[in-house]
Amino acid sequence: MPEMTIAEALREGIREEMRRDPSVFCLGEDIGIPGGFGGAFTVTLGLSDEFGHDRILDTPISEIGIAGVAIGAAMTGMRPIADVQYGDFLFCMMDQLANQAAKMTYMSGGTVKVPLVMRAPVGSTRRGSQHAQSLEAFFTHIPGLKVLAPSTAYDAKGLLKSAIRDDNPVLIFEHKLLYGSKGGRSEKGALTAVGEVPSEDYVVPIGKGVVRRTGKDVTIVGKLLTVYRALEAAQELAQEGIEAEVIDPRTLIPLDKEIILESVRKTGRLVVVEEDNITHGWGAEIAAMVAEEAFFYLDAPIKRVAAPDTPPPFAPPMEAFYVPSTARVVSAVKSLF
Amino acid sequence: MLVTTSIEPPTRAELLHLYHEMLLIRRFEEQCNALFLQGKIPSTLHLYIGQEAVAVGVCSALRPDDFVLGTHRPHGHALAKGVSSRSIMAELFGKVTGCCKAKGGSMHVGDMAVGMFPAIAIVGANAPIAVGSALSAKMRGTQQVTIAFFGEGGSNEGAVHEAMNMAAIWQLPVLFICENNLYGASTPISQVVAVENVADRAAAYGIPGVIVDGNDVLAVQEATRIAVERAREGKGPTLLECKTYRLCGHSRSDACNYRTRDEEAEWRDKDPLVRLSRYITEVAQLATAEEIAQVAEEVEAIMQDAINFAEESPEPQPEEALLHVFWEGN
Ligand SMILES: Cc1ncc(C[n+]2csc(CCOP(=O)(O)OP(=O)(O)O)c2C)c(N)n1
Repeated sequence: MPEMTIAEALREGIREEMRRDPSVFCLGEDIGIPGGFGGAFTVTLGLSDEFGHDRILDTPISEIGIAGVAIGAAMTGMRPIADVQYGDFLFCMMDQLANQAAKMTYMSGGTVKVPLVMRAPVGSTRRGSQHAQSLEAFFTHIPGLKVLAPSTAYDAKGLLKSAIRDDNPVLIFEHKLLYGSKGGRSEKGALTAVGEVPSEDYVVPIGKGVVRRTGKDVTIVGKLLTVYRALEAAQELAQEGIEAEVIDPRTLIPLDKEIILESVRKTGRLVVVEEDNITHGWGAEIAAMVAEEAFFYLDAPIKRVAAPDTPPPFAPPMEAFYVPSTARVVSAVKSLF
Repeated sequence: MLVTTSIEPPTRAELLHLYHEMLLIRRFEEQCNALFLQGKIPSTLHLYIGQEAVAVGVCSALRPDDFVLGTHRPHGHALAKGVSSRSIMAELFGKVTGCCKAKGGSMHVGDMAVGMFPAIAIVGANAPIAVGSALSAKMRGTQQVTIAFFGEGGSNEGAVHEAMNMAAIWQLPVLFICENNLYGASTPISQVVAVENVADRAAAYGIPGVIVDGNDVLAVQEATRIAVERAREGKGPTLLECKTYRLCGHSRSDACNYRTRDEEAEWRDKDPLVRLSRYITEVAQLATAEEIAQVAEEVEAIMQDAINFAEESPEPQPEEALLHVFWEGN
């Protein structure tokens, strides 16, 4: 099986779906310009050579327009994949996502579908506050949107293919430090999330989480980059005799609640790790869900490890303080014993 | 450019059809107002009274498979595009037989089966979606044209400007129809638009900007035909500004204290329905006043049927609120 980075896996996923279905096309800023970057993180690099510039469509810097065009095309028989250069720019198109894409099926009494995919890079990477936010939880609060957060190359391709074939608006959040982008577009401090990716057609179903590591003492739930922080923490904890189970939900909406509940029923302890600001966040939602549905299995309070309630800072020492580290996950787990 | 004359004079059948369409909208809106006051329509309402020539003029120049995106004031757009009066009325009543199964209400009426998108109540937000629809038509090679209606107030939204630029650079088959009725809610255009005409802004995008008398249905139809032809030939979008006036309040309970009674009277003299019926009976002399009255009778029958249908239709079960968050199939 070939080994690929997440950027490469996404590219292959797009390529296969565009070959399979002529209604699939990509649009976004700087995604297909000859001599350009193939999107900010190389995902669409080279695709215009095969599919041309009509199907790898470079747009003006017009985020409302990009989202609106994707919606209008999706409602009339196409399956657009919109590339958002940085996730932070989703705020520029918020109306189109929250009021239009998310509500169109509902407002029409289920008579209209909006099969679009929007891909957005997230994560704090020395670019300051406006190119750094982890926005995936924001969109989990808008009924009508599916929200995906793949953390491996296998999942990135498989979930992307599911998203393209889905008849609803699907947002895919991708972490900048996990892409494995190369050359001028490589990231300092990036992980090498290289993994085996089948060449044959496969999908990862939307709504199914995965156990990344089994353990009996504590459940750690992470997403995107924090899955890796959780795994590193689990390794350290193992040396001290604590066996952590690490869960990666992969899909935030719809959420595989059962995989989390089943683990907590076994371990009796829960730590949720995310890169987003802590207050009113995704971690709070997971904690509330577990408190409602598995309270009597808990042996300790639920802990959240997240960014503090500040915008993402720039300077590396401050950024390292802001983004949840392996050490913070370890100490949160230890505080439960 | 001012379009005032029609190249081919319309036939009697065409004229009576236009009158029928416009009168249906007028009577639909008047009935809505009455039914709202009687407490039968729970939905808020933005009525289209006075602007009928725009929706009918534009939609009569379209193919059935062309697309229309309406606004918060969409009953006229929907009726002109062929959404059934029954299903719109039932929607306003909040009945399951409504065109959006009672999930939409007044501001979201639509029916994709006849090319009417669910109307979009966020001012200006329909324009980029219309561009996407036009891009899709181009990619699918269908030659379908898409219409985005918006007010002069809506013309100030960033979304509209992004949309016009994108439509222009890709030469897409989309028409931006600005219904300039001089007020956005209470705000007069002079206070929020610095150019003389909204259509003047077309120059900034390198597309034609056309101004037309929005109370002259034939002029609107002709201007639309020209723009539609351009669009189908792959020559790109047009911004068409229709000068008109809302002969009613902005929404329910609007006393219109931001405008003068004199101004209203002036525009009442330009009532598009009166103008068309006069044109038919006096200028073209293609039908008599009795024949015009007969159209009115037909329209009354359609209206009564729509109201009966809405009144007799069942209400949704409360739990139906949980359905259709995601696509559940046809
Ligand atoms: C984005 C947005 N802002 C404000 C409103 C509230 N609003 C509804 S209609 C309206 C006036 C719109 O004026 P115009 O676009 O000229 O259309 P008209 O009402 O005259 O048909 C306003 C401010 C809205 N629906 N959407």
